[in-house]
Amino acid sequence: MRIRHHKILRTLLLFAFAFACVVFAGHVEPVLGNTDGVTSIFRPLSQPAQEIKETSFLVLAICAVIFVVVAGLLVYALVRFRHRAGDEASEPPQVYGSNQIELAWTVLPILIVFVLILVTTRTIADIQNRKAPSTAVQATVVGHQWWWEIRYPELGIVTANELHVPASDGRGSQPTFLKLQSADVAHSFWVPQLAGKTDVIPNRENLMWIEPTKPGTYLGNCAEYCGTQHARMLLRVVVHPPDEFERWAKEQQQSASADSSAPEGRKVFFANSCVNCHTISGTSAQGKFGPDLTHLMSRAVLASGAAPNTTDNLRLWIRDPQKIKLGCLMPNMQLTDEEVNQVVAYLQTLK
Amino acid sequence: MAIQEVALTTGRASSISLVDRLHGLVVTVDHKKLGLMYIGTALIYLVVAGLMAVAMRLQLAVPVNTILEPDVFNRFFTMHGTSMVFLVGMPIVAGLGNYLVPLMIGARDMAFPRLNAFGYWMFVFGGLLLYFSYLGAPGLAGHGSAPDIGWFAYAPLTGRAFSRGNSTDYWILSLLMTSVGSTVSAINVIATAVALRCPGMKLMRMPLFVWLMIVVNFMILLALPALSAAQIMLLIDRYLGGHFFDTQAGGSAVIWQHFFWIFGHPEVYILIIPAFACVSEVVPVFSRKPIFGYPVMVGATVMIGLISTSVWAHHMFSVGMTSVGNTFFAISTFTVAVPTGIKIFNWLGTMYGGRIRFDLPMLFCIAFLFQFLIAGLTGMMLGVAPLNWQLTDSYFVVAHFHYTLVGGFLFGIFAGFYYWYPKAVGRLLNRRLGLWHFWLFVIGFHVTFDTMHFSGLLGMPRRIFTYDLGRGWDTLNFVTTLGALLQAVAILLFAINVVRSAKKGKLAGNDPWDAWTLEWTTSSPPPDYNFATTPSVRSRRPLWDLKHPEDPDWQYE
Amino acid sequence: MINDASLPLTLEASDWKLPSSRKVAIVCLILTETGLFSIFVAAYLFYLGKSLTGPTPSEVLETPIIPTICLLGSSLTIMLAERALRRENRRPFQLWWAITILLAVVFMGATAIEWHRLITVHHLTISTNLFGTTFYSLVGLHASHVIVGLCLLTLVLVFSLRGLVTPAQHQRIEMVSWYWHFVDAIWVIVFTVVYVIGR
Repeated sequence: MRIRHHKILRTLLLFAFAFACVVFAGHVEPVLGNTDGVTSIFRPLSQPAQEIKETSFLVLAICAVIFVVVAGLLVYALVRFRHRAGDEASEPPQVYGSNQIELAWTVLPILIVFVLILVTTRTIADIQNRKAPSTAVQATVVGHQWWWEIRYPELGIVTANELHVPASDGRGSQPTFLKLQSADVAHSFWVPQLAGKTDVIPNRENLMWIEPTKPGTYLGNCAEYCGTQHARMLLRVVVHPPDEFERWAKEQQQSASADSSAPEGRKVFFANSCVNCHTISGTSAQGKFGPDLTHLMSRAVLASGAAPNTTDNLRLWIRDPQKIKLGCLMPNMQLTDEEVNQVVAYLQTLK
Repeated sequence: MAIQEVALTTGRASSISLVDRLHGLVVTVDHKKLGLMYIGTALIYLVVAGLMAVAMRLQLAVPVNTILEPDVFNRFFTMHGTSMVFLVGMPIVAGLGNYLVPLMIGARDMAFPRLNAFGYWMFVFGGLLLYFSYLGAPGLAGHGSAPDIGWFAYAPLTGRAFSRGNSTDYWILSLLMTSVGSTVSAINVIATAVALRCPGMKLMRMPLFVWLMIVVNFMILLALPALSAAQIMLLIDRYLGGHFFDTQAGGSAVIWQHFFWIFGHPEVYILIIPAFACVSEVVPVFSRKPIFGYPVMVGATVMIGLISTSVWAHHMFSVGMTSVGNTFFAISTFTVAVPTGIKIFNWLGTMYGGRIRFDLPMLFCIAFLFQFLIAGLTGMMLGVAPLNWQLTDSYFVVAHFHYTLVGGFLFGIFAGFYYWYPKAVGRLLNRRLGLWHFWLFVIGFHVTFDTMHFSGLLGMPRRIFTYDLGRGWDTLNFVTTLGALLQAVAILLFAINVVRSAKKGKLAGNDPWDAWTLEWTTSSPPPDYNFATTPSVRSRRPLWDLKHPEDPDWQYE
Repeated sequence: MINDASLPLTLEASDWKLPSSRKVAIVCLILTETGLFSIFVAAYLFYLGKSLTGPTPSEVLETPIIPTICLLGSSLTIMLAERALRRENRRPFQLWWAITILLAVVFMGATAIEWHRLITVHHLTISTNLFGTTFYSLVGLHASHVIVGLCLLTLVLVFSLRGLVTPAQHQRIEMVSWYWHFVDAIWVIVFTVVYVIGR
């Protein structure tokens, strides 16, 4: 009875192990390989994420060795010293301890710890002690419940939810240095392929830097629970080749386009209290509570990543923000369907 | 009265009405009953908080899911975390200590039996107060109002401005109550272990379990005040217009984190050391050898207790401390790994050269050893501050702490349950059901929490009620959820086993495991008075001395 | 079968001396309360000089010399009371015990007067600024412990006046006095932090 029981359990265990292998194998690829939209910390395309990855491989190697040795000893002990039939009568030798062995397995971990301390100290210093070169782009990121305000004080740009930076390719280092501030509660800025996360805390300015090498769009999330829609406070970092970045900056520095093809919508917008929260530069709308809308249509997504920036979504968002982002702080302005369409048409002129 | 007491003791309760039996529990000051009440109540909360976890996993099984609304999900993870730490973990620590310490040191009861009862009821009412928040303001019409601030309640999300209504107040007040319960229980266990030991039981002759309980309870005395102080400060902010965490008035949000983690880090050692204590009693008996390096085990535990008070800001590596600060806390975190590793090696040394029996208590210990080893290693990884900057606040860290708390704490406690249930109840737990519980739980645990590490490596932050397609998190989350369902079934089987075996289990006798410490000399369950006469001991294993008079321990210690 | 009857009977009972459980319990209580106070002291020190507005410590605080002498003196008088109890002098015990209570009441009265002055004259409340919050919290936490101590002391005095306190119970009285010494020691720390370092 007992033997049969063990056979069943052994088979179950083998299946589970095989299953685990399949799962593991299926995910080594995204973790280490090349799939779009996937933000693995092992696919860095920027410093300091690259240095963190290198450090992590060393640490993983040390941990793997420790695991193999200790788990191996454990398995050996379980197999070699298991109770066998016929052992009933006697007890094994009653060993109380051994000072030499204790010393050995105290000294060895201390040596390993010493190595880890050296590695850690160096990596911390490398990342935290870097000073901004004169070529660095300076940006300020302000976390709000539940969106990101992005300002470039030296360039005179204010935008939302998308951080645009130049790639730092061979032509000379051009990192982006970020000041992180919060307008309300604690948030955290995390774009795994670019850098580790740094918290965004009110009444405290934190500093971090990134130096991406490859153009592209990198996704990130707010990584400190900040209330109802923490899950939908997404980040996009758009990395441009340097001249493209210049072009983007010039466009963003312009005031709102003078496109007058949607006058009714413009009227609805300015008649309602939209202007109390939103800024459209060059107009009387100078609200600071919500995102800057001057170049709304240059952004790929709405509501910090809650929905793609399409006409339908824009319509849905303005008709009832709660449908897209339940709990968000943008009120339902109770516009009629016609007014909604007009406002959408106006907003779509804000390129 | 006397008839009731005799009947309750011998288990022949058929002549006692249910009302009288319940009344007996309400007024009892007997450490054994209170210990079982602590553990029983904790197991109920384990099921409740576990069901919340299953609900969250169902919500996260597929992207952009709509089973749970954001607010409901946020309340679930807050209540799940708060319940598991304060209403499952801490009462199990108290329950095990209160039940076993007097029996192990040859005492009749705890030093302060009435204080013991007071502590238990504070815990019960604190827990009820926390769950009452679901009904409290603004009530069910507002879909209840349980706290949704996360179990560590970072400021300023908990301030009046961002946490309107009273849910945060329920969180504060209920935990202040349970903390009183934990504190008095700690005072009681320490006083008992120091002042009520039977003759001959010097400190270095106590069962290792008792030593570890002393260390744990000292840590409770030193760590819990930090949480209570911070919570009182938060109350002052919320009700008296104070500015402790009010960033608008120059206050610091980070100082809440410091105070919380000054409590929070020792707290996790407070939770794991009792699991160490169970493992330290079970492994020797089922390896048929004394614990390897008893004095080193004591020293290592004391070192863990001391060093653990200096590591707290490794929970705050991303907060923006200076490089000096980050380096210091990384160093202290690595340092605490050394005595922890030494303990694992000593358990290994105990098994080595033994005759290992794979009964259920030992199976749970073996799983514990593998799992705690892995948990410790992922902990080391998290101690490397720059790596922590990627991994903290992601599902990697969620996987890590569930590895320590479920894979470590819960497995260690299950080992203790299977070992001491026969002593407390008089009957053995059913072996077949136990094996199903064990294997389903091990497999479910690994399916869930091994997989979860990868979600974190792929950038999935924690505390999100949903996620988008295309992030690479879909399959991982689905698999993680499957494991949760397996674990739920395992716990159900365990619950059935506990209830059924109480009436139908095989009779245990005094000493079903051929063990060596004093509690195995009493009947199962022990009589009200524990020992007919106060025993006296000459070694760490008084029963070994009796069973092997030709080779007693006291000749070698 | 091994049961508890097999264990050797009390061997070295007369040589087996363990600390009193009461003393251990009070020491544990003092340890945990010290932890509580430490956090409030840490907050006070951390926020020194960080208030954005309002009165500063040096502008409004006056060193409470007399109340401090009273409170620290009460530690002395409680020790005298204990000595009297051990020597079975009931009246001196009650006298010194009552003086202890009186000194504590003077301390509380002085605190009340100081708070009244701070609130009405200097408009410093717990919600004024960071100094107000941390000051009233820390000093108030200590004051609440003095009040608890006063309750314990009064209870003992009432029991003694009714003839219920005997020299055999001196250890229980000693535990109350240990708590009282702890309250005084905390005042030394609070005084140093608030009135010496903080200004």
